[in-house]
Amino acid sequence: MSANSIWEYANPKKFIQTTDRVLPWISVLAVVSLVVGLIWGFFFTPDDYRQGSTVKIIYLHVPSALMAINAWLMMLVASLVWIVRRHHVSALAARAAAPVGAMMTVIALATGAIWGQPMWGTWWAWDPRLTSFLILFLFYLGYIALWEAIENDDTAADLTSILCLVGSVFALLSRYAVNFWNQGLHQGASLSLDKEENVADVFYYPLLVCIAGFVLLFIALVFLRTQTEIRARRMRALLARERMG
Amino acid sequence: MPDLGKYAEAVLSSYAVSIVLLLVLVWLSVRRAKRIKRQLQDVESKVKKHG
Repeated sequence: MSANSIWEYANPKKFIQTTDRVLPWISVLAVVSLVVGLIWGFFFTPDDYRQGSTVKIIYLHVPSALMAINAWLMMLVASLVWIVRRHHVSALAARAAAPVGAMMTVIALATGAIWGQPMWGTWWAWDPRLTSFLILFLFYLGYIALWEAIENDDTAADLTSILCLVGSVFALLSRYAVNFWNQGLHQGASLSLDKEENVADVFYYPLLVCIAGFVLLFIALVFLRTQTEIRARRMRALLARERMG
Repeated sequence: MPDLGKYAEAVLSSYAVSIVLLLVLVWLSVRRAKRIKRQLQDVESKVKKHG
């Protein structure tokens, strides 16, 4: 795909046509991956020698935490495209991704708390990774609220893009907090290129399938929600034109 | 059903909370998509009628 052809998708009509074609396939793949990954992880993997059966929470906690961070990074890229090239679809894609990312953050925080209680003896600790994740969630809420609060779409896109740039610091901190500060209750990364640090293969493969499921679900939801934002924007423009004329 | 031992409550509640939240997210997204699509069609046909 040439660099020029990428920008064709900045045309709202072209974006809706293309995503309409791929959305059913991505949705089916997402459901299949999630069902296979979760059934595999829940029913067909052993207990961990230290964490017992709570290790099964990894199939929800790790993919949702990964998507919480990566959703914000996707919003960052879309916001930069808006700032540099003023493509409306990119600003609307960032807006569409925010509630999905926020929900992923809630799932990561909730499953983390439920997992933490039996393992650490507490639902919550002001640990670097947990705290930066909570701040990331607050950034999601602020981002969504800012879009809702500003009537002019272009002004809203400008201001939310700046907020997204600032929030990216916390998205990166959430990812690397364990490495930056070697303290706190949270363990190191579950997925690593270092074989020693990585989870055992028996947990790793179903985890990969679950991650694929979460990624595909995220893409499907962002496509659907971006289509909705494009249509909502067109509707507002038509209604405004009708009021004036 | 695997034997989850003393952690059954934690594991099952994690799955229940996550699956419910994911389903709510999908349902809200699909519902809004359908509603906005229908409203846009109404507005477009109204605009076309008025020239």
